[in-house]
Amino acid sequence: MSALAHGMRMDAALPADVPAMENSQALMQADGLCRLFGPEQGCQDISFTLYPGEVLGLVGESGSGKSTLLSTLSGRLPPDRGRVRYRDGADWVDLYATGEGRRRALLRTQWGFVEQNPRDGLRMPVSAGANIGERLMAQGARHYGRLRQSALDWLRHVEIDISRIDDTPNAFSGGMQQRLQIARNLVSGPRLVFMDEPTGGLDVSVQARILDLLRKLVRELDLSVILVTHDLAVARLLADRLMVMRRSRIVEAGLTDQILDDPQHPYTQLLVSSILRV
Amino acid sequence: MNAARAGKAPRSGKMLPGYNFAYLDEESKRMIRRGLLKAVAIPGFQIPFGGREMPLPYGWGTGGIQVTASIITPEDVLKVIDQGADDTTNAVSIRQFFERVAGIASTTRTREATIIQTRHRIPETPLASGQIMVFQVPIPEPLRFIEPSETETATLHALGDYGIMHVKLYEDIVRHGHIATCYAYPVEVNGRYVMDPSPIPRFDNPKLHMSPALMLFGAGREKRLYALPPHTAVVSLDFEDHPFAIQRPEAACAICGSTESYLDELIVDDAGARRYVCSDTDYCQRRAEARGEARGEAS
Amino acid sequence: MDAILEVSGLAKKFVLHQPRPTVLDVLENVNFEISPGECLVLSGPSGAGKSTLLRLLYGNYLASSGSIRVRHGQGWLELVGAEPRRVLAARRHTLGYVSQFLRVIPRVTALDIVMEPALLRGYAKKAAQAKAEALLSRLDIPEKLWSLAPGAFSGGEQQRVNIARSFMVFWPVLLLDEPTASLDDKNRQIVLELIEEAKAAGSAIVGIFHDAHALDAVASRLLHMKNEGDSPHAP
Repeated sequence: MSALAHGMRMDAALPADVPAMENSQALMQADGLCRLFGPEQGCQDISFTLYPGEVLGLVGESGSGKSTLLSTLSGRLPPDRGRVRYRDGADWVDLYATGEGRRRALLRTQWGFVEQNPRDGLRMPVSAGANIGERLMAQGARHYGRLRQSALDWLRHVEIDISRIDDTPNAFSGGMQQRLQIARNLVSGPRLVFMDEPTGGLDVSVQARILDLLRKLVRELDLSVILVTHDLAVARLLADRLMVMRRSRIVEAGLTDQILDDPQHPYTQLLVSSILRV
Repeated sequence: MNAARAGKAPRSGKMLPGYNFAYLDEESKRMIRRGLLKAVAIPGFQIPFGGREMPLPYGWGTGGIQVTASIITPEDVLKVIDQGADDTTNAVSIRQFFERVAGIASTTRTREATIIQTRHRIPETPLASGQIMVFQVPIPEPLRFIEPSETETATLHALGDYGIMHVKLYEDIVRHGHIATCYAYPVEVNGRYVMDPSPIPRFDNPKLHMSPALMLFGAGREKRLYALPPHTAVVSLDFEDHPFAIQRPEAACAICGSTESYLDELIVDDAGARRYVCSDTDYCQRRAEARGEARGEAS
Repeated sequence: MDAILEVSGLAKKFVLHQPRPTVLDVLENVNFEISPGECLVLSGPSGAGKSTLLRLLYGNYLASSGSIRVRHGQGWLELVGAEPRRVLAARRHTLGYVSQFLRVIPRVTALDIVMEPALLRGYAKKAAQAKAEALLSRLDIPEKLWSLAPGAFSGGEQQRVNIARSFMVFWPVLLLDEPTASLDDKNRQIVLELIEEAKAAGSAIVGIFHDAHALDAVASRLLHMKNEGDSPHAP
């Protein structure tokens, strides 16, 4: 008993490592973002700060503006008003004030984007290995052998049989395609990954595997994630905190389990009470 | 031969009546020349132009013909080759076209020509300062095989974002064990733009690098112009561990004995026996003549 | 010893908007503090808000008013109104929470579940695994189950996996929501030992125990909570 309680106590490093995450600098900041396609269609009055290592879930029903907000945050859709700033090292980049070159460079190096439909995020006619290697090649990697080694490593990471390295994703199942898309995004060592319903089109058993993989990778790589999902179970599993969207606005934000277990806003209460519990 | 080179090139002087010089109207030629000036100013960058209808179908060299028509002068001497040969249908008809609508002189000799319009080859004989190569281009966009969207490829060029070009070469190695692209092999021009050198064999790629001649490229169907000014650095893309290399069969030309030229492979009988001959007919003929003379003097 | 957790004027009311607006006053003006090595047991009838209080202390429920201050790292953290990342950091290093229910995650093995709190703090995997295995053995989970996801385990096995996870690392403040409920005598005894060890190591414990034996064994003090008697009312 005492061996367990004292000899192997795991509190030795406690005081030193406590503030690591708390005092880190913000990674991304949105100020008064607004992008509307019609009254309450799109997103408006969006302001928040994202910190390194945080997983932020955007939840809400279809049409609430989650995906519009994700596109605006990820540099794909300029806002009507407001701005998005991203911290690149010591440097704050105003996403839409900077050039497209910088924005794209961010998107393929420090950022990732996992699409709901893997066909939108993969190059279907080229091999799995080339899909994984593309970001590295875009960054100037010019050694075939090393590109291949990275591809093999990442296939292992995402639990795809390495013998499939030269197959095109057309021959893959939906779950494998999604895992390949994840590998293709993470190979460049991004700090921030955007995910749009990453398990949306998949069978439940396949979903579980992807969620498990994402959970693991997010922790191992200390990724920040902005995740769009309408599935509150997915949100609970992956997200540290949530922003609940309804009719283009954020109606409630907070710690994931607090939002789900003690929702304050009438809409959130309705949303949470509508889930079937199994 | 010496007589021809010593004096001014003999003009045929006979022009079909009813046509403007070199077929195209002067406004169109000026428009194309403006495009060519831009192309020369930004080596490897594709310039759109208002392509004109030409009296032959797309795929037969309409882009090259428009470029040639726009730059040719009555003093020019034109050589036209198709796959290296002066005597194939396409080469002969284009040469005759300009003889008749411009009354210019033509030649098959690389050294004598001031303008060489080509499909699929660069002559073996080294080009000289003052010469102009005009390439017929079917597909000007090197990134298209990987990225079909034209707006996207334009953006990739603008940003110098060329990772996907290597994706294609990577796929080559995956499928063939080596970079198997053997024609239209992509090049980086002047350290900036990636360019399709038109479907020349990759054997010819090194001839683009620092060439003293001006290289003009015209794509008729897609209405694009691009160019390599003289002495431009042209690097064939590759991987560190799969460097660019040219291929040539371990054979000598059956006619002139060259062991350095690009060879065509001919199947000469039903048993599948092969012979290799130079693809560049002019080069081959000069060498064969020289050997004949040497033999003649010796005897 | 100096307090590690200070609660003052804490209130919680639930405002339910569905199906018709209703207000439930569950807690009003709760005050206490607790020091390392102490075990404060919440007592009172069912519905007095004991579980609600624990959840407020963990940041799982949002306080309506009042203050919850916890010593975290070198300073004090006010949990009421704290940013999510600060609450999460407190949960990673300072606030432990044990319920009798395991949140099962598909495909994650029992061993990985138990190891997780240590890995989150950045401890070496080897050491974490050794400790997790020791805890699982001690809590009588057969070794052949360690590498399985607990989805198919019995209720008691899941509960013990959860307890192993909770005692994986040292928690300055440990919140226990009936950890011994429905355990057999032998396992209940082991859990009580674990609690005693945590106290001895300096954990401040706030707990709910329905079973009198357990309560007597671990309690340093009691906090009496009575049903406020308020019935649900319209806002």
